Amino acid sequence: MTITARGVPLSPILRDRRRKEYLFVASFLVLPVLLLVVFSLLPVLGVTVVSFFRWDGLGKMSFRGFDYYKRIFTEPEYWRALLNSLYYLVGAFVQLALAMLLATILTFTAKGKGFFKGMIFFPYLINGVAAGYMFYVFFEPSYGTLNSLLSLFGGTGPASWLTNGDINNILLAIVSVWRFLGLNFIMFLGVIASIDTGLYEAADLDGANSWQVFRYIIMPSIRPIVFLNMILAVKGAISVFDVPYIITGGSFGTSSFVIEAYRVSFGQNPNLGLGSAMSTIILIVVLAVTGVQQLFFGENKKEGTHYAK
Amino acid sequence: MQNNRRKKTPPAETLVSVLKYILLGLVVLAVLIPIYPIIMGSLKTVDNFRASNAFSLPTVWMWKNYADAFIDGGMAIGFLNTLLVLAASLIIAILCGSMTAYVLSRFEFVGKKAVKAAFLLVSLIPSITTQVITYRIVNALGLVDNLLAPILMFGGTDILAVYIFLQFLDSISVSLDESARLDGANSYTVFFKILLPLLKPAIATVLIIKFVGVYNEFYIPFIYAPNVHLVSTALYSFTSSFGTRWEIICAGQIIIILPMFVIFLAAQKFIYSGLAAGSVKG
Repeated sequence: MTITARGVPLSPILRDRRRKEYLFVASFLVLPVLLLVVFSLLPVLGVTVVSFFRWDGLGKMSFRGFDYYKRIFTEPEYWRALLNSLYYLVGAFVQLALAMLLATILTFTAKGKGFFKGMIFFPYLINGVAAGYMFYVFFEPSYGTLNSLLSLFGGTGPASWLTNGDINNILLAIVSVWRFLGLNFIMFLGVIASIDTGLYEAADLDGANSWQVFRYIIMPSIRPIVFLNMILAVKGAISVFDVPYIITGGSFGTSSFVIEAYRVSFGQNPNLGLGSAMSTIILIVVLAVTGVQQLFFGENKKEGTHYAK
Repeated sequence: MQNNRRKKTPPAETLVSVLKYILLGLVVLAVLIPIYPIIMGSLKTVDNFRASNAFSLPTVWMWKNYADAFIDGGMAIGFLNTLLVLAASLIIAILCGSMTAYVLSRFEFVGKKAVKAAFLLVSLIPSITTQVITYRIVNALGLVDNLLAPILMFGGTDILAVYIFLQFLDSISVSLDESARLDGANSYTVFFKILLPLLKPAIATVLIIKFVGVYNEFYIPFIYAPNVHLVSTALYSFTSSFGTRWEIICAGQIIIILPMFVIFLAAQKFIYSGLAAGSVKG
């Protein structure tokens, strides 16, 4: 029975209205919640549970405890793939710095602003498969873009860029920067544009130089969104898939954690327990990082969203 | 600085300005250098592609490469399927997102906190990580290699849309709902007749973000509908169907990039503001 705040039973009319309201709420939520549960919540629960079992996806499951977690941290093919995320993480931080620099520069550029803005942003809209092939051609050992470019200046590159274990992960991280720089850039540009222009004029009158304008006016306003992007960078780095998968297929030591998880779970002799353990590790990292974000940043979060609008 | 009332330009400022344009020029070059050889390459013959500098012009302009990529490569079917998936999943995403946002912003009910928490939790997780189990579920539903799989996944699990609609609904005064109710409107009428039309700007934002996301998505069609090609997976299959005929693979890349380029030119402002608003919750 529905009870009001004072503990008095509701009148029949009110109760009827309340019932109708619940029916309405249920009718609106049934589809979204069903899809959320089936395609998102159940899988999250599923990977956590399955990570403790041996399962090929068809037969019976047998309990393995933390076996798969131990394997991931002891067998080099798995922890190396996990460590490869660090290349993309460093790349993402370089990308943030570059995006910040370009957004600041462009805010104070009168001529050709629209053109440069579009140019810097457009790679983000390029389909991931197309971008993958584009950079396959770029690094191709004989007639590739990079070697062609070097030969135009009379130089020669190494026979093959992507098989070289010393540099291939760095090159792939640079490809990732090429693709995603535009998104950070547009976000920063939006935030900087929302700063009161009166502040720049005041700074100009006070004789502030460009660095001071950046340090004391721009930096404080974009700090929340920079922090948010650092968090997103961690998520992005640990779940890298299509750049290395399409360009190298994960070979020559360029595999990523998600590529390994995909191989283990969808390849021959699928081992869903191991794949799920890898997924669970990613989940834990993401949740931990989000926890850190909330800890340092919970209060300012609204501010960040507001600026980005 | 961009304001007009500027004084004399000191030499240091001129130098900064020159450096600025040099840097911008370098960035533009870095963007164009990987793209240009793909355009040239897409118009070369097999031998020309293999024997020439990547920056050289084609000796014979092979426009036929485009027809080969489009028809033999299955790009045509890919586009058709992608359009279907786009239309259906955009409608579902907008309806689900706005309905959920309406209920969360205007009603109090038991379990509201749980629903909010569930949406928040899911928004934190990169969905790419849980596919091991999602695949089992989709398989159990009999939806593998069915367009419904990408449609439901793109349409239904979109938390971003909920946030964008929620933000927008919070800015619409509740007194609007109330006055409509006094005129005898029920909750359905209030939502579909009054609020939904007001949500147009938010709908446009969601449409743009979803469009870019769905058109460029590779992982979901690759896993759930590997034999029913969308544009991404159609292009991905080029390396197996055309082997090392890179001039055709290049044409395929241009075919997939071109529509996005045209849309970008036509709707730049929407794309900038939509992505900036949306990616925050990414």
